[in-house]
Amino acid sequence: MATTHVEPKEAELPVGQARSVNDLSIQVATVNGSGSQTANLVLLRAIFQMGIPVSGKNLFPSNIAGLPTWFTIRASKHGYIARRRDSEYMVAMNPETAEEDVLSLKPGASCVYDDRLNLKRLRDDVIFYPVPFDKLVGPVCPDARLRKLVRNMIYDGVLAKLLGIEMEEIHTALQKQFRKKAKAAELNWNAARAGYEFADKNLVKSDPYYVERMNATQGKILIEGNAAAALGSMFAGVTVVTWYPITPSSSLCETLIEYMKRYRVDKETGKATFAIVQAEDELAALGMALGAGWAGARSMTSTAGPGVSLMAEFVGFGYYVEIPTVIFDIQRVGPSTGLPTRTAQGDILSTALLSHGDTQHPMLLPCSMIECFTMSIDAFDLAEELQTPVFVMCDLDLGMNTWMSDPFPYPEIPMSRGKVLSAEQVRQMGGFERYKDVDGDGVGYRTLPGTAERLAGWFARGSGHNEKAIYSERPDVYVNNVDRLARKFETARQKVPGPIIKDSARAEVGIIAYGTTHWAVEESLDQLRREHDIDAGYCRLRAFPFNQEVHDFIRRHQRVYVVDQNRDAQMLCLLRLESDAEEISKLRSVRHYDGLPVDARSLTDDIVSQEGLN
Amino acid sequence: MATTTVPSSPSAKTNRIGLEVAQYKGNKSTLCAGCGHNAISERIIEACFELGIEPHRVAKLSGIGCSSKSPAYFLNTAYGVNAVHGRMPSVATGALLANHHLIAMGVSGDGDTASIGIGQFVHLMRRNLPIIYIIEDNGCYGLTKGQFSATADIGSKLKTGVVNDLPPIDTCALAIELGATYVARSFSGDKKQLLALVKGALSHHGTSMLDVISPCVTFNDHEGSTKSYSYVKDHDEPIADVSFVPFFEDISVEYDPGTTTDITLHDGSHMLLRKLSTDYDPTNKGEALRSLSDSHDKGEIVTGLFYVDTQRPNFIDLLNVMEEPLATLPEAKVRPPKEVLDQVMQSLM
Repeated sequence: MATTHVEPKEAELPVGQARSVNDLSIQVATVNGSGSQTANLVLLRAIFQMGIPVSGKNLFPSNIAGLPTWFTIRASKHGYIARRRDSEYMVAMNPETAEEDVLSLKPGASCVYDDRLNLKRLRDDVIFYPVPFDKLVGPVCPDARLRKLVRNMIYDGVLAKLLGIEMEEIHTALQKQFRKKAKAAELNWNAARAGYEFADKNLVKSDPYYVERMNATQGKILIEGNAAAALGSMFAGVTVVTWYPITPSSSLCETLIEYMKRYRVDKETGKATFAIVQAEDELAALGMALGAGWAGARSMTSTAGPGVSLMAEFVGFGYYVEIPTVIFDIQRVGPSTGLPTRTAQGDILSTALLSHGDTQHPMLLPCSMIECFTMSIDAFDLAEELQTPVFVMCDLDLGMNTWMSDPFPYPEIPMSRGKVLSAEQVRQMGGFERYKDVDGDGVGYRTLPGTAERLAGWFARGSGHNEKAIYSERPDVYVNNVDRLARKFETARQKVPGPIIKDSARAEVGIIAYGTTHWAVEESLDQLRREHDIDAGYCRLRAFPFNQEVHDFIRRHQRVYVVDQNRDAQMLCLLRLESDAEEISKLRSVRHYDGLPVDARSLTDDIVSQEGLN
Repeated sequence: MATTTVPSSPSAKTNRIGLEVAQYKGNKSTLCAGCGHNAISERIIEACFELGIEPHRVAKLSGIGCSSKSPAYFLNTAYGVNAVHGRMPSVATGALLANHHLIAMGVSGDGDTASIGIGQFVHLMRRNLPIIYIIEDNGCYGLTKGQFSATADIGSKLKTGVVNDLPPIDTCALAIELGATYVARSFSGDKKQLLALVKGALSHHGTSMLDVISPCVTFNDHEGSTKSYSYVKDHDEPIADVSFVPFFEDISVEYDPGTTTDITLHDGSHMLLRKLSTDYDPTNKGEALRSLSDSHDKGEIVTGLFYVDTQRPNFIDLLNVMEEPLATLPEAKVRPPKEVLDQVMQSLM
């Protein structure tokens, strides 16, 4: 469609324009701190409540108020929830970016806008829906100070009318959003209604996009990855949480604090079964987590790239002393003054080998809300089984955006606390050797400080110790020690979650991806098949170190595209480190690193191009 | 006035929990012969023996440096962590969060505390974590061969002739300012005073910060050093004669109301301060800071218990955690039942 500025009274679709149902993206451009998040989440939730698969991506600045922010809502009857490059609908509320926003629209898109911005003049191939926001907000919000916050809710009503979102669902979503704040809910509801009524009387639907009730979200939940990881940590039985605020990880511990206060205070004594401490920096946060892990607690911290960098020394200490703890890295673009509120898989390579000397660390790679939950639990078990720091590598897209998910499964197996000896066991054995590889898996037995047995005590220090944890700088003792740590990493290889592999019939092209990229890959696989007859196999990595299945997948295919959301193809580098020449020769790279969540079209275009098909 | 109390034990060789002093010893020291740090280890051994501390409850914690090696030289059957440079406070904090029944014995140095570790030191003091934090203070980096630390006095000289022209950080003043509740300075060569202060620290309920001047015999015990044995001996000005009476002993024989101040510690033990020249009140923060400042002006090294507050809740009190160590809580206490997950899931639908 390459038309037309439509006057409000016209109502017919251009010839040949079919109705498009439950397949659109809405981009909302607002100013940070203007209450737009509420309006956007209500919109998202209302569509979700109508049974339509939906996802929301918040593209926000590193700023509290005043800078441009965009929120993309995608509704997809096919269940695609990756970000899309283009939107069918734009809501232009930010004077600063409005012109650019409109110019970036694809022809035929629709634009709801604040009529003061006079955007019509910019394009004649976009459908414009002007709305007098200021005029509408006055009567519904007598308190002028609150108008700024309520104003955005008007576009929810306008979109509800234009797209067919049921107002009852907007109302329900509002109630959910404001919970007990009845007055705020009412103000916002009045604003939404004002928008709806205005659109009903003054705007004529001139685009083909609709949402209609379906039944694909029943029994599902809406949650952010950080909240899912917080819940996972609580059900993993975490007892010591030490953290330092950093975007985009802060909401993980903040949500955890809320849940723990509610569900982890002992009913009989009124005492907490946990300790949560906001540390003075990331170094202290990890130092505390390691101190707690040494003393036997299930401990964790959460951070982002700059925090991981600060933790580097302590991570090496934890690796060599062999202390369990869990570190959540909610990855983002670096550095601190980079684009801290934009997503990236930016810490893969540096984290895998973090610290000095020979160090390697297990990393879990969740792609979904359920995995944020289950892998949090896995991480605590693994950390204690392997007696080492374990990383859970999320990213901003996963951690801070709202995702649809099936409800989380309650953990079926009991907590696995690893090889810990009691006083009685030590007494019976007549002592123990902390770093002796008794079982051949590289993991020794430990005792916890406070264990009341003379022979149970031991002194922890870096790598300069023998099997009895006694100071030694002997070359053979050192080699023995680090070789055992390498054996332990082989044990990790067997214990971490394996990849999820979907083979194709042709086994020519393979795709390896991980984390949030998964959702774009799923959609891209369909595009490749539909548009280019490429039937690609897919291996989704769920952890580092990689197990044999990953190598077998590479060997089965002619060409394997490794998708990274970083510039330097970090996962590809790790695969190269662990693969032989034949495997390496098959690996190719697809990278996406502009700070926005990867979209399927970008992947498809890149792979098609590398395949020489266009 | 007796400072070392005789334990009320069945035999002279064992303490009240039936252990011999040998059972509080550590590995053979690898520090230089005559190092002040070794004397401090000996006082720790004596204090723990005399108070009948259970070694398995002790968590020995240190950072990096000569000082931080010393936890290997006492309480061999205790548990220990030789952590990373300047970051022992965080490891100690974590250990106590996991198990608040542990007796945390932190040993640091002046570089480990006042230079690289000042950030964590500051926050440790502020939290009033129940820990004994000993600075083995020699004013220099021994393990890297004698560079100045941030506690080196202005005008003091390295062996190589380099003069320090920056003022020192007074860790005691800093600790008092920040909220530590038992702050003292002593000298590694003053057996009597140091033993009483360590024993008092072991009975205290919050952060006990002991800055112990401990001359480095190899790099900082020469003319021009303000932390040499001879300099400290000449300039040591005790504010009071410190004595300690553990909770299991009768203090009546010690108590002389005319000349002593009696401080009752959390576990019922008593610190008795026999006044010297001035009326020194160790519960008065302002006076403590003033006295430290005055001593700097006079070029004296004041030793003794500067400040004590037995009332302020410690960090663990504030967290309101279970009496049982968090580390060993059973699964039933730390993994909520399925109904809780169902309830949360329902709220997200």
